[in-house]
Amino acid sequence: MIDRTLSIGERATPEIKPSRNGLRLAVLRAFLASVLALLVRFPFALLFLEGVELLPPQWDGGPGLCHLPSCRTGADEVLSARRWHPAMDPVFLSRVQFGLTIAFHYIYPPLSIGLGGMLVIMESLYVKTRNPLYQQLTRFWVRIFALTFALGVASGVVMEFQFGTNWAMYSRFVGDVFGSALAAEGIFAFFLESGFLALLLFGWDKLGPRMHLFSTTMVALGAHFSAIWIVVADSWMQTPAGFHVVEAALRRRAEITDFWAVVFNPSSVVRLAHTLVGAWSAAAFFVLSVSAYYLLKRRHQEFARASMQIALIVALVASLGSLVTGHSSGLVVAQHQPAKLAAMEAHFPAAAPAGMYLFGWVKEDEQRVIGSSIPGMLSLLARGDASAPVTGLSAFPPQDRPPVQPVFQSFHAMVAIGMALIALALLGAIFLWWLGTLHQTRWLLWLFVFAVAGPQLANQLGWFTAEVGRQPWIVYGVMRTTEGLSRAVTAGQVLGSLVLFTLIYLLLFVLFIFLLDQKIRHGPLADDLEVAYRRR
Amino acid sequence: MSALFDLPVIWYGLVGVLLIGYAFLDGFDLGVGALHLFTRKDEHRRLMLNSIGPVWDGNEVWLVTGGGALFAAFPEVYATVFSGFYLAMILLLFALIFRAVAIEFRSKQTMAWWRRMWDVSFGVASVLCSLLLGVAFGNIVWGIPLDAQREFTGTFWSLLNPFALGVGVTTVALFMMHGAIYTVLKNEGELQAVARGWVNNTIIFFVICYGITTMATLVYVPHMVRHIQAYPVLFVLPLLTMLAIANIPREIHHGRDFAAFLSSGAAIAGLMSLVGIGMFPYLVLARPDPSLSLTVYNAASSPKTLTIMLIIAAIGVPLVLAYTSSIYYIFRGKTKLDPMSY
Repeated sequence: MIDRTLSIGERATPEIKPSRNGLRLAVLRAFLASVLALLVRFPFALLFLEGVELLPPQWDGGPGLCHLPSCRTGADEVLSARRWHPAMDPVFLSRVQFGLTIAFHYIYPPLSIGLGGMLVIMESLYVKTRNPLYQQLTRFWVRIFALTFALGVASGVVMEFQFGTNWAMYSRFVGDVFGSALAAEGIFAFFLESGFLALLLFGWDKLGPRMHLFSTTMVALGAHFSAIWIVVADSWMQTPAGFHVVEAALRRRAEITDFWAVVFNPSSVVRLAHTLVGAWSAAAFFVLSVSAYYLLKRRHQEFARASMQIALIVALVASLGSLVTGHSSGLVVAQHQPAKLAAMEAHFPAAAPAGMYLFGWVKEDEQRVIGSSIPGMLSLLARGDASAPVTGLSAFPPQDRPPVQPVFQSFHAMVAIGMALIALALLGAIFLWWLGTLHQTRWLLWLFVFAVAGPQLANQLGWFTAEVGRQPWIVYGVMRTTEGLSRAVTAGQVLGSLVLFTLIYLLLFVLFIFLLDQKIRHGPLADDLEVAYRRR
Repeated sequence: MSALFDLPVIWYGLVGVLLIGYAFLDGFDLGVGALHLFTRKDEHRRLMLNSIGPVWDGNEVWLVTGGGALFAAFPEVYATVFSGFYLAMILLLFALIFRAVAIEFRSKQTMAWWRRMWDVSFGVASVLCSLLLGVAFGNIVWGIPLDAQREFTGTFWSLLNPFALGVGVTTVALFMMHGAIYTVLKNEGELQAVARGWVNNTIIFFVICYGITTMATLVYVPHMVRHIQAYPVLFVLPLLTMLAIANIPREIHHGRDFAAFLSSGAAIAGLMSLVGIGMFPYLVLARPDPSLSLTVYNAASSPKTLTIMLIIAAIGVPLVLAYTSSIYYIFRGKTKLDPMSY
């Protein structure tokens, strides 16, 4: 929205080679045309899919809790007894849709949260030093922030509505407890974010530097508040507290008994901390990546050095913070969700000391893992004693076990990426502050360019570990995922909406990458150095 | 009258207030979206887009918060309506996504095909949003088939009954009128002159729809007026609404655009309050058997939750109103295109 070069047109875009950009645009146009053509036609097909029951009518909604091929539990007999492919089960389809929409959405909020915080740092530096370079930093990263924020808003509306559309029975059961957190998120976070975003983006010439910095701070705060409430809501599903189950006239439901116990349920604070440092890490490595790219291309070097310095500090703090908060989070899991912990390390014996795998492949049939492990490490971390027994999967009836392989693999991949990011941030710090040669160390700069994917992947994998590890429960120990599904919705409908969302998100992702790429190629503008604020 | 101080009744009112806030605020930017295809000039379209640029996102938050409040205060309604209207909800989400990205992406490139693509997306998505919201409202007024488990038993096609479609088209007309007045208010010169023409046409369009829908309501859904029959003092409300509507062309004629905008907002609030009063105590009316309906009482959360939510609202709403109004104040005056614009 702030691309002055594009809006006015006369300032050309010297850094993009026209011939290569022309090809890029032609490819983009062809892609957009084909996806839009599909999208325009598909809703009509959707209407006819509505009546389609992909499962035999006698199916009663349960207990098909486990759908992934790798997930071997007692539900298998039920699945194989069906005439239809298990993937065409509305529970499975709804889970895939929920996973897809959240995973896509969750590319953007971490960037908004972390970038929001870094914008506050950059603009504060400007207000304090009045060095135009910091204003240039702020203005460039605001443009990137605006893009990620817009995608976050567009994909975020879906979140609020699909508890009702796909998980109506869940909504009926938990609305009394869970709904308040979502409503509070709207009142306290979204209004703050969206209101002050207007001032952040369009208020440069209407506000003085201090008031503008205040708006930036409010936007960043709003983004953090929204993380607070949604993580509280999600943590309540992991470690429910502050409620009791009441037999109402029609059905059971959870009712709140202690609001603060809901908000400060056993896992909410540690999970919030882990989520926020993950978000900061995502944004810091993003800024590092772009800065390193500029340094490699020898463009905007002063700008890139300043950005890199700020981002490296944040990256260092956030990646080390991920380790600390991740460990605390693990302790809470060990205490409150032993089945999840057992799945994370594929620990089968009911009660035995457990090691920690560096990597491995779970052989669920043989109840063992092929890989290399540090003996006693899990016992040490979870219980403080390398020979202390840890509850294993055998302690749980098969229908109460989460799928092991996906949880194990995503957890270990997350940890590995997290460790690599710490190493990278430390290397960067050594080369920048001790050796002073970071800006010339091309191999390290290239590593930083590609490291942008690291925190994004780790965030997704961590979320996947947390939510798949909670299975087969939608509210841990209280309500099963299969019980939460909407009854008025057919598999055909969900399949239709899933295809629709997949197409739309593919389109949006390609557009996001394209526009981001264009913005990065344009780089910071010389005008960004002129005073942008309202002059007295 | 003690019923008025019941927690569920208060929340019925508060959810209503959130929805009125949404219709008042997002109503004009949905209307602007529907209208902007009627001008072919890129500059006009940019002016219209930028007149809503700083505020549309905040306006949409009213819908999101309304949804959250419904979830928390009346989870049964949230669950029944959202799962029952599944395909309609998905199409609404689809439209909301396209609106958001169209506003954001349009000005990022100068190619004609690029801008045309996002203009059409923005226009179509805005009309689709208004229409679907109206159709959903129409169905709730008309009544929907529910079973004893409070599950919707109809199909997507059964939502498209003539009455609901009528309410849908009326909503589109109302928002277009509201958006046209906003465009007049926020612009000057050539675009303002063009928008004045839209105001006249959309007022006529809206009044025709309004007349037909009102007649259809009186004839086919008489339960909507039973409270007004029982308490004639409530007749003031439809009277005021009609006066507000009649006042719009008058204010426009005298060049008092802001007063016209407020009048049109008052008309929106009046119409929605009439629906709220007519429906009470039903939140979702079951047809053909009204005993299966979701009411303020059988669909509400526990008094404890409603009290907590009331405290949250008491802290949050004044803050929201304070900074929302300051933001509108800071962005007051006519829209100007500058290097920061969309």
